[in-house]
Amino acid sequence: MDKYQTFEYDVVVIGAGGAGLRAAIEASAQGAKTALVCKSLLGKAHTVMAEGGVAAALANVDTRDAWQVHFRDTMKGGKFLNQWRMAQIHAQEAPQRVRELEQWGAVFDRTRDGRILQRNFGGHTYPRLAHVGDRTGLEMIRTLQDKGVHQGMDVHMECTIRSILKEGDRVAGCFGYQRESGRFVIFRAKAVVMATGGIGRCWEITSNSWEYTADGHAMAMWAGADLIDMEFVQFHPTGMVWPPSVRGTLITEGVRGEGGVLLNSERKRFMFDNVPEMFQGEFAGTEDESNRWVNAVVAGETPDARRPPELLTRDVVARAIRKEVRAGRGSPHGGVFLDIASRRSAEQIKKKLPSMYHQFKELADVDITTDPMEVGPTCHYTMGGVRVDSETQQSTVPGLFAAGEVGGGMHGSNRLGGNSLSDLLVFGKRAGEFSARHAQETATLGDINDDEVQRQAEEALRPFDASGEENPYAVHEELRTVMQDLVGIVRTDEDLRAALGKLDKLRERAAKVRVGGNIQFNPGWHLALDLKNMLDISESVTRAAIERTESRGAHTREDHPGSDDEWGKVNVIVRQTGTGIEVTREPLPQIPDELKELIKSKD
Amino acid sequence: MSDEAILKIYRGDDQSGEMVDYRIPVAPGMVVLDAIHAVQAMQAPDLAVRWNCKAGKCGSCSGEVNGKPKLMCMDRMDKYPDGEPITIRPMKSFPVLKDLVCDVSWNYEVNKKIPPIKLKETGDEDPRFSQEEADRVQEFRKCIECFLCQDVCHVIREHDKKQEFGGPRFFVRVAGLEMHPLDEENRLGVLKDDLGLGYCNITKCCTEVCPEGIAITDNAIIPLKERVADEFYDPVKKLFRVLFSK
Repeated sequence: MDKYQTFEYDVVVIGAGGAGLRAAIEASAQGAKTALVCKSLLGKAHTVMAEGGVAAALANVDTRDAWQVHFRDTMKGGKFLNQWRMAQIHAQEAPQRVRELEQWGAVFDRTRDGRILQRNFGGHTYPRLAHVGDRTGLEMIRTLQDKGVHQGMDVHMECTIRSILKEGDRVAGCFGYQRESGRFVIFRAKAVVMATGGIGRCWEITSNSWEYTADGHAMAMWAGADLIDMEFVQFHPTGMVWPPSVRGTLITEGVRGEGGVLLNSERKRFMFDNVPEMFQGEFAGTEDESNRWVNAVVAGETPDARRPPELLTRDVVARAIRKEVRAGRGSPHGGVFLDIASRRSAEQIKKKLPSMYHQFKELADVDITTDPMEVGPTCHYTMGGVRVDSETQQSTVPGLFAAGEVGGGMHGSNRLGGNSLSDLLVFGKRAGEFSARHAQETATLGDINDDEVQRQAEEALRPFDASGEENPYAVHEELRTVMQDLVGIVRTDEDLRAALGKLDKLRERAAKVRVGGNIQFNPGWHLALDLKNMLDISESVTRAAIERTESRGAHTREDHPGSDDEWGKVNVIVRQTGTGIEVTREPLPQIPDELKELIKSKD
Repeated sequence: MSDEAILKIYRGDDQSGEMVDYRIPVAPGMVVLDAIHAVQAMQAPDLAVRWNCKAGKCGSCSGEVNGKPKLMCMDRMDKYPDGEPITIRPMKSFPVLKDLVCDVSWNYEVNKKIPPIKLKETGDEDPRFSQEEADRVQEFRKCIECFLCQDVCHVIREHDKKQEFGGPRFFVRVAGLEMHPLDEENRLGVLKDDLGLGYCNITKCCTEVCPEGIAITDNAIIPLKERVADEFYDPVKKLFRVLFSK
């Protein structure tokens, strides 16, 4: 089709965060002609906001650590709903991927003997997170970006992909527009890797940026791919709550990893009363024991005490905070207190948590070296995503791959902190490798259906002359409110069904959205187009959440409080059919006996 | 503090444009980027601005607020005089694409000129170096590529030496590589000839605007200038080169 700018590649990677960059580097290294397409400028993707660290059982700080322990922690954190093979590959390959980053120029914080330092984090048995203060994501993305510059890939910045193009069952490329010019663009490709991140912009209180509009989830679903585990959305326990301008902005779990404690309005450390049965006996029972642990960690010694309950998994901590606030024991602005000032010296805080110090000082007028922070849950991450083959990251559509947050299955019902950055590296690399191999084994590019492209282009331009008067921002705000109120941390069947009704109404409004101005760098138009992704994926999350009538990990049903063993044997699958979004159940793959034993063992 | 703010925002492109007034309600703790988002949501949905993290970590939302280069997500509205209009313009040193969005692609081209890291073979799968050695490099690696230093550097801003000059951002990047304890690449020729380090006359404008507080001039540029001087202008070395070069 001559009408639109057209490029031809072996592999097109959509998204230039950690997963996309790593995939593109690998595909390119394998000899595939590779394009990296991203919505922002290179180096600005969401990975840059990751703070705490990248989890890998390097065993630099505690020699007892090993991939087996990392695997077990990950499975336990996910309440055993993880695809076991992904969790195994992840735990085994993460150390290699981190060392490779160091070879490419990353400069992690050091141990006393000069190796990569590792810090404690929620759900990890041993100090496991390689980090750079509280800006690990920046280090990672810059390292990959600079590696990529010399790798010979093409980078298409500020280009939004709207859909996957297919020839019959197989991928033929993708279609989108240049944000700057507004012009449509076609990428023909033998393989496409989704690395588009998450869906957090569907919620009102979120740590996610404008980019997280569920693009990859939606495009994969529209292209016929299965989504898995969509009911599991992670609310990070510690987002900022005040002032309104920064509500939802992330506060790294590293604050608690460095000894920070959670307090309610009565100055009580409420996490001691919130240790779930599954973790009984693994956490400090008293403040004294927990202080001994912190002191040992600060001194660089192996602690003889158990870790503080503030380092429980994110799902547990987020629910506990919500409970305190609901019981009237919250902070003045509806959160709880996170105190590091009384635990660490001002100098240590500024050294290990510099951007937290800066962020609170500049944006909230709080000096975290002297005063506690006010914190509350914020929508942070989706465990659900494109269902992929554990080894190759290929989706159920031939030639379509997914890695990073948009990929599903690795984290089960709840992700451990630090397992995202490692996930990006491990599965980004694999997606790059296997997409390149797929391209090599594919003789020719698939044909592009010109009529289909024309139809999509016309549809994309419709908001400029729609008959309605809806404002895209207003529709988006309403969507975020619906999801926050009805599909949040704690859910009921009644709320979820009410949400479905409201989503239907919002769909009608979205069809009447009208935008002004022209097609050049027009954020109102861009948002108008993103509404469809967000509505469809919000519906997917809601339907999956209705289906799972139990509570597990990040999915809490007030009307179905406990976990149900039968539900522990199945994943919920979402797919689009001719009649709409359909939900089914799929048995978990059989886990080998030796790994089953590993999960049960204590060390 | 009054409950309304007046913004004067640049609307237009590189060819033509004008300052347009907007009035928006003010909320506690509001930053300039919030104010721009309020304008987008209520009055001008096609107002172009870049942003991502909204927490000073990604360096997307650079602009000039009341004439000063700023990350707009970290710039509190309550620091400006009550009731007086706040002017918001795109960065001056780059071509304007639309409204507050500039074409910063030149920076990405400069980056390509810098030879990548080349680590010494130590035979150890875990390279060893101390935190003190890391500290020196980590200061440079804090850079979030907001390009505010490039925006204020007079070699770029006044003299537009984009062909022959790299700019402070990339001196910081080279410093991070050159001072990496295990790197053994030599970038001094590139610094001198391709990145035009000599054009910098140490006015420290870059250091002043760095939102990450990197001592760009003192810790990156001056040590690099010394290394370049030692390499190319040391009379003993020069004589050595003349005598022994083929």
